[in-house]
Amino acid sequence: MVERQNLVASGYSRLTWLAIGLGFLIILAVSPLFLPRFFTYLLALILITGLVTTSLNIALGFGGMYQFHHAVFYGVGAYTVALMLTKTSLPPALGFILGPIVSGILALVMGMICVRLSKLYFGMLQLSLGSLVWVLVFRWYSFTGGDDGLHGVPVPKLISSVSGSYYFTLIVTVICLILMYVILNAPFGRILQAIRDNPERSESVGVQVRLHQLVTQVIAGFFAGVAGVLFVTVEGSTFPDMMSWTLSLEFLIMCLLGGWFTFLGPMLGATIIVSLRTLLGGYTEYWTMVLAIILMLLIFFLPEGVLGYFEGLYRRRSASLAEDR
Amino acid sequence: MDFSTTITLNGLIQQFLVGLSRTTILFIVSSGLSLVLGVLRIPNVAHGSLYMIGAFLCYSISTLFGAGSTGFWLAVILAPLGVALISLAAERGLFCHLYDREHLMLLLFTFALMLLCRDAVKIIWGSNYRSLSPPEILQGSLSILGMPFPKYNLFLLGAGPVVALGLWFLIHRTKIGKISRAAAVDRDMVGAVGINVSWVFASVFVIGCFLAGLGGALVAPTQNITQGMDHTIIMEAFLIVIIGGLGNVWGALLGALIFGLTDSIGILVWPQFSIVFPYAVVVIVLIFRPKGLLKATW
Repeated sequence: MVERQNLVASGYSRLTWLAIGLGFLIILAVSPLFLPRFFTYLLALILITGLVTTSLNIALGFGGMYQFHHAVFYGVGAYTVALMLTKTSLPPALGFILGPIVSGILALVMGMICVRLSKLYFGMLQLSLGSLVWVLVFRWYSFTGGDDGLHGVPVPKLISSVSGSYYFTLIVTVICLILMYVILNAPFGRILQAIRDNPERSESVGVQVRLHQLVTQVIAGFFAGVAGVLFVTVEGSTFPDMMSWTLSLEFLIMCLLGGWFTFLGPMLGATIIVSLRTLLGGYTEYWTMVLAIILMLLIFFLPEGVLGYFEGLYRRRSASLAEDR
Repeated sequence: MDFSTTITLNGLIQQFLVGLSRTTILFIVSSGLSLVLGVLRIPNVAHGSLYMIGAFLCYSISTLFGAGSTGFWLAVILAPLGVALISLAAERGLFCHLYDREHLMLLLFTFALMLLCRDAVKIIWGSNYRSLSPPEILQGSLSILGMPFPKYNLFLLGAGPVVALGLWFLIHRTKIGKISRAAAVDRDMVGAVGINVSWVFASVFVIGCFLAGLGGALVAPTQNITQGMDHTIIMEAFLIVIIGGLGNVWGALLGALIFGLTDSIGILVWPQFSIVFPYAVVVIVLIFRPKGLLKATW
């Protein structure tokens, strides 16, 4: 577990990683100029899903909490901004700011109830609280539109076009990823990982375990809310399926697929699954079967995820090289 | 808000009975889930899919035998057995290699199984909904306090206690029940005294899944048999198991009663939000007793 604390596979210098990241960013920034509209939309969707799964992974992979119903925060962020834009005449910017904040507050309230317990009990408690939120949204036709959701949300002109919403998504996602990376590498993030690896010992050296977990919940909920807001920008609508349990489980799969002890793993997992769904969904209506088989193979043979596997491979190789020297 | 429906005593009693027959199905399904969770520690998300497969199998078997009474009774017996067979294959082929994994992995694994089952049902039975009528003796309704009450629901009211008694007998009076209770507390110790824990687990898993299939078969005549059945029931079953106490079968009974009755009484109070009531009650219970009402097995 100690080795996993390195967020980036060490070996390459920081500068190399920065250059790779910047190159990637430039590719993402210019790609709408070449790609057809549909693929730009798909890229935006991948970024958003990646942002949710990365925020989920703060609690799951780095915090060691069984975040069973993360989609609730994503959905609440989306519903907040959609309701603000459709039902009130307040400035749109306020809605965009309020979305993540409401998600964060919900995460705080739910977290206060849930962090009293740990592991499976935590997950079960979050599941039941989250499903109450879901059923309320699902039933409250006059307010949330019930199972139809809200459509035709008047997103401000500047960011409502395909490329406009894409750039907005890209910028916000990159900022959020940097923020999350900083948080996880700050003393707070290190303590969080210590709690994950050994809660009892952390407690005995004076760490306030429950408080740290609660703050983690708020952070994870907040960034999921940001992703929800971005979803409304791109899609112009919300629906209750955004906070269904099935979606929460899908997010968990993405984390597992990418590797939940790595920072960028969930993003990779989201990329793989969202692209698969879009590409395979065009050919067969049974694409979930493919997903199910991938997932089963993964759990049997690659429980640390794709990125986790390569990181492990890399670390073993550099360790043996060091021995040779 | 619509309070136009005045609440009469008769209406209340009738809703109570409706709630009880719903409770029966919920109890049968969630007791199986609880059993598997308590002994094997698998949060089986695919449990709802097995319930759905039970319902579809019940439909197919009873139409195969001419959709009459005999066909129905055969189906109620054979469909859960079919589900049990499927689960036996899943346990021996897949789950038995995964017992030492984390709960999260097991949860996701069963989720994969749920997706697989969903597509399998879509391939075998198509995406149309099916409906099945109850056998002739149980068709129509009886009048209770001047209100019509479907005979089939009365049958369900009788079936619930029979299943509960059967489970009690199985857990407290048979050898496998005793071993599985011991294995729930300390599985290594049970293995150390020379009992083949692997097969005990397999049989408990099969019994739990049999109950899911039985619930599906029994519910088949009361509602449309559709693709989305798995989704609703698994959520409800998990909530019931959580408020009852993980792994406690009697907790599942208590939870099912709370869930079924608040739902049906809620229809009288506030029809539009009736489904919200059970969820709200679950949350209130968990705020005060986060580990469930009765003692969890682990």
